[in-house]
Amino acid sequence: MLVERLGNRFKQALRESSDFRGDLSIVVEPEAVVDVARYLRDEEGFDYFLYGTAVDWPARDPRFTVVWEVRSLANKTRVRIKTTAAMPDPHAPSLTAVWPAANWHERETWDLLGITFDGHPDPRRILMPQTWEGHPLRKDYVSFGEPVIFSDQKLEGLEPDAIRG
Amino acid sequence: MAETRIKQEPFGPGPAQEPLGPEHEPPTEWMELNMGPQHPSTHGVLRVRLKLDGEVVRDADADIGYLHTGFEKSFEDKTYTQGITFSDRMDYLAPPINNVGFVMSVEKLMEIDVPPRAQAIRVMMMELARIASHELWLGTAGLDLGVYSGFFYAWRDRELVLDLNELYSGVRMMTSFTRVGGVAWDLPDGWLEQLQRFINVMPARIDDFESMLTQNPIWRQRLEGVGALSRQDAIETGVTGPMLRGSGVDYDVRKAFPYCGYEQYDFNVPLGSNGDCYDRYRVRVQEMRESLKILQQALDTLPSGPWLTNNRKVALPPRSELSKSMESVIHHFRLVSEGFKGPVGDVYAFVESPRGELGFYLVSDGTNKPYRMKVRPPSFCNLQPLKKLVQGVLLADVIAIMGSMDFILGDVDR
Amino acid sequence: MGELKLRPVPMPTGRAAGPTPLNALGDNLLTTTLDKVINWGRSSAIWPALFGLACCAIEMMGTVGPRHDLSRFGSELFRASPRQADLMIVSGRVSIKMAPVLRQIYDQMPEPKWVIAMGACASSAGMFNNYAIVQSVDKIVPVDIYLPGCPPRPEALIDAVVKLQRKIRGEPLVKRPA
Repeated sequence: MLVERLGNRFKQALRESSDFRGDLSIVVEPEAVVDVARYLRDEEGFDYFLYGTAVDWPARDPRFTVVWEVRSLANKTRVRIKTTAAMPDPHAPSLTAVWPAANWHERETWDLLGITFDGHPDPRRILMPQTWEGHPLRKDYVSFGEPVIFSDQKLEGLEPDAIRG
Repeated sequence: MAETRIKQEPFGPGPAQEPLGPEHEPPTEWMELNMGPQHPSTHGVLRVRLKLDGEVVRDADADIGYLHTGFEKSFEDKTYTQGITFSDRMDYLAPPINNVGFVMSVEKLMEIDVPPRAQAIRVMMMELARIASHELWLGTAGLDLGVYSGFFYAWRDRELVLDLNELYSGVRMMTSFTRVGGVAWDLPDGWLEQLQRFINVMPARIDDFESMLTQNPIWRQRLEGVGALSRQDAIETGVTGPMLRGSGVDYDVRKAFPYCGYEQYDFNVPLGSNGDCYDRYRVRVQEMRESLKILQQALDTLPSGPWLTNNRKVALPPRSELSKSMESVIHHFRLVSEGFKGPVGDVYAFVESPRGELGFYLVSDGTNKPYRMKVRPPSFCNLQPLKKLVQGVLLADVIAIMGSMDFILGDVDR
Repeated sequence: MGELKLRPVPMPTGRAAGPTPLNALGDNLLTTTLDKVINWGRSSAIWPALFGLACCAIEMMGTVGPRHDLSRFGSELFRASPRQADLMIVSGRVSIKMAPVLRQIYDQMPEPKWVIAMGACASSAGMFNNYAIVQSVDKIVPVDIYLPGCPPRPEALIDAVVKLQRKIRGEPLVKRPA
């Protein structure tokens, strides 16, 4: 069993694992993520990088759960590697050295969620303009474009822009 | 007529165009050229900053985000059923496939079974979308390389698929035809006959395309040997779909992890060997033929029965029941006004879109809206190796490489 | 004899120039006929700029395709260079990163130029009321025809182009039944 082997190898660094609806995920201490990743790639055959992202749980501390998922093409299995990153200035190790395909996914996670990846070769914004401030996918980032005024609402005291919306 | 063999001279970059090693000082005469967001050949609003040494590209930096729409943020704000309409607009060349991927992630999360007829309808719509998308790809990638008539052939065929879409869902492109637990409507009368006519007509039309392009010496010279991605590189850079299969990696989600009943259908997965643009072209054309095979089988073995699950907690009851049963009315009201709640957890569901593996990573916190819906777009992953692929090629080859990647910016930027 | 009051003759520029720069000569038989001829010429061969952004661009391609053929109505070619185009069909959602580019392309088009906001996203941001999409392209460029739909059918785009042609010729957009 993969989880057993990981547990034996990494002991304390493997905080928990779960198998929800057939998806295996492991939660790893941030310091051990790169080692776990290398182990998975070299010895367990997880060669294909799927995606990397993060989830923002403002009520929790640490706030962010950083997620990467990789697949083994030969064995047809998947594993989801999770770690956590805390405010302020959330950090996570970059897996670009292990799986080069992680490059753009980590750039996107930095852009939209503000998680700095240590060791990333090219930490720039990728989807938002370079001069944008803020990280849109965070839960405290208000996203509406324009308030929509319906016909039964009062129009006084609103800026012209709002009226046109 | 005697068969003439066309001797193919090897056509590749000469010694002056080899990629420079790290010991080389970049000379200051490299010109930076902006292939701007508004460009006929970038297949959308992609900006590529090229560093050119004469006509040879030394470096490229793809600048994306010009179509960033905030889909993932929008998904967090909408119930699961409302999100289906949003999912169409991501990969807008094959919207039915986005729809299926989206609801598959919800169905996986909530462990909902889909009736076999709904699965067959989903398969048929998906394969039609695959054919339409590959046709459009052929048309536009050809247009970039000068095949002006191919564009019109492609649209002639694509219009047939759009007619079928419209007959089924009322909309040509953005079908939004799935619901959690099945599909929204049953097939209308005459749809199956029209599909059969489509299947009868298409092989000859694909042959038309092939006869125009496959052995065409200009087409071969433009595409053979260009943008070759080795098998190891393809896996490392995370590309997917025909790009991966063109490099010889046998990975198609429909075969490796069958969904929606794909295991019942008999079809092949075409593989390339060199990983160059020509192989990817051959893979896609062959995929169109395989899709026709699947369509014929789905049509012949279409099961009867319900097209939406009976689980009233997630699927709307049929309208005929509303006048008879109070419970149905309550279910209907609850589903329409607030939707249904999922369990806490996270799942990853994936489908094979014409561009590759389209995945939806859904994190749910127990409410009626997704907490986080991350889309794993195939085009985003396919565009990453652009920098590596264009090193040392001529500028015109950059167009051919970008064409063969078949990315769509709606998917890349979301 | 009193002063000879010369009637002030403003020379408006840009869009305010109206259909013909011969406004300065006032309306007489020559200029109105010339107006009509110039407008007829301009409306009969509107060449759009290639400005496909998103899904509406696919339907725009469909409009150029063999079934609904836009070149029947004069739009024979879509010009890649904005300097050679006179119509910008904004087809698709305009993100904030793309907005300055759109304005630059619009500015690069020479007068006279027209804009069709194709689709719900260009007309009013469509379904995307969020941080990333400009809420209607008329915040950036002046729009002549708004075309709703998500995406609008090719026939609808042809209708928009025909209405634009009528607008250019100075006719009413909707022909009243006799």
